Amino acid sequence: MFKLFTCSSNRVKAVARALSYKTNSISGVLQLQVMLNVNNIRKDFPILNRKVNGKPLVYLDNAATSQTPKQVIDAIVDYYSNYNANIHRGVHTLSQEATDLYEASRIKIQKHFNAKHAHEIIFTSGTTHGINLVANGFASLLNKNDEIIVSALEHHSNIVPWQMLCERTGATLKVIPMNLEGELLMDVYDTLLTAHTKLVFVNHISNALGTINPIEYIIEKAHNVGAAVLIDGAQSCPHIKPNVQELDVDFYVTSAHKMCGPTGVGMLYGKEAWLNKLPPYQGGGEMIDQVSFKKTTYAALPHKFEAGTPDIAGGIVFGTAIDYMNSIGFEHIAAYENELLGYATKALQTIEGLKIYGTASNKTSVISFNLEGIHPYDVGTILDKLGIAVRTGHHCTQPIMDFYKIPGTVRASFAFYNTKEEIDILVSGVKKAKMMLS
Amino acid sequence: MSITDIQNEIIEEFSMFEDWEERYQYMIDLGKDLPMIKEAYKTDSNIIKGCQSKVWVHAELKDDKIEFTADSDAIITKGIIAILIRSFSNQHPKDIIDANTDFIDQIGLKEHLSPTRANGLVSMIKQLKLYAIAYQTQL
Ligand SMILES: Cc1ncc(COP(=O)(O)O)c(C=O)c1O
Repeated sequence: MFKLFTCSSNRVKAVARALSYKTNSISGVLQLQVMLNVNNIRKDFPILNRKVNGKPLVYLDNAATSQTPKQVIDAIVDYYSNYNANIHRGVHTLSQEATDLYEASRIKIQKHFNAKHAHEIIFTSGTTHGINLVANGFASLLNKNDEIIVSALEHHSNIVPWQMLCERTGATLKVIPMNLEGELLMDVYDTLLTAHTKLVFVNHISNALGTINPIEYIIEKAHNVGAAVLIDGAQSCPHIKPNVQELDVDFYVTSAHKMCGPTGVGMLYGKEAWLNKLPPYQGGGEMIDQVSFKKTTYAALPHKFEAGTPDIAGGIVFGTAIDYMNSIGFEHIAAYENELLGYATKALQTIEGLKIYGTASNKTSVISFNLEGIHPYDVGTILDKLGIAVRTGHHCTQPIMDFYKIPGTVRASFAFYNTKEEIDILVSGVKKAKMMLS
Repeated sequence: MSITDIQNEIIEEFSMFEDWEERYQYMIDLGKDLPMIKEAYKTDSNIIKGCQSKVWVHAELKDDKIEFTADSDAIITKGIIAILIRSFSNQHPKDIIDANTDFIDQIGLKEHLSPTRANGLVSMIKQLKLYAIAYQTQL
């Protein structure tokens, strides 16, 4: 029989506080400047000095993954150099320290998203894992009369798990349609909600088009019929700071790698009551209370959903990444990125035959476009030769591409460390691609 | 001409260009001369998987040689498949199976050779060779 090791919560709080003192002093310095100093910020990102195909890298694929500041890279090195041990199970000092750091990061994430309890934050391997965890949990709560609503703007990660869930339970999947601008039709959503609706799943921000969805409205209406809501925050967390209690959202998932953190780590926020209701996703070490061959009882939250040794370093530096972004400040990030979006939209629109997909009035710094008569893959290939990294293809959103009847788009997505000069390079690259490819 | 002779010819042609832009421009031009697949053969089952753009290939046995026709909705991809087909078409299945494709590297298009690249050059080579294997059993 095993007993789950728990560490003193006071000690965890103290470590969290100690860490926050450190970062407060960093943010204090940064926030003295009224505007965001991009040249200084760029120095934090070693990769931005790289050359690609002989040209300085212009990294405009931030919606796929963001780059990593040296503060986060250093924290990974620091962890493996000084603290590496397995967590929640050793009495020795290293294990205790690693556990404290990991749990302190959980508290940092809790604070960032304003969750009520730290145990409402589940470490995952990313957004996809979080969605699957919830979908799997609901399999035991649904039957064939139930209905699930997703949006037409979803990433495949937020379509396939629900289709699988519907196959398993016989429940029906309904879709909130979109208009040509790439906005969800809320009047149709109203009509899709019924007493049978059990779950609504929508992304906060669309990865293919950048549309910011009216999730406050979506959540309120879903709650009116007693349905739970999961919001996919993979694309929102790099730009805004969601407040899960204010949103009154039931589940919120995100990935660290889109917000300056490492790949393979993410978080699931779930309201305590919901997380208690859902069965565990995976069995294994860490998630148990008592194990015998007759019966195993599960550990309490959050460990019930954290089977096996997690990505400990990743979990810890997820917190470092959040500190880093907060030290710059989400208001500054949003304002600056909005400026980049306006600048780039205007400049790209001067290119004849260029069409932008996703023109919602409320959108983030993502521009999906095509050149008339030219395949996005060709444009992406030429841009790559010029050192410009963009994404081409369907962006894991085939239904959106089918809606526009296109094979895909070229997508440029901007982060707070991008510059107007880089946008100028993009624009001249697109012009060159057009010349070579027409 | 043997496959090796054709490939050497292609290498020589590409060596005349100074930089990537000219090489790409030439590849795009070669795509315009691609032996066109008949519309009727542009079916889903003739699409090569693993390419971000669509590539259709059709193969026919003429006497004891294979004739390839193809098309793509992306013009760089069209250029790549045109180069491949130029070296493989009207050749014996056995020669196609044994053919080496290192010449792609030598003409300065190495980046397309990565098996993880979404353009699927590696999938194209594999598919052309699969046709050759299938037809060889019929000879
Ligand atoms: C909206 C959205 N949902 C889900 C995902 C999947 O995230 P991950 O691959 O980190 O699990 C992404 C990432 O591309 C995304 O943009």
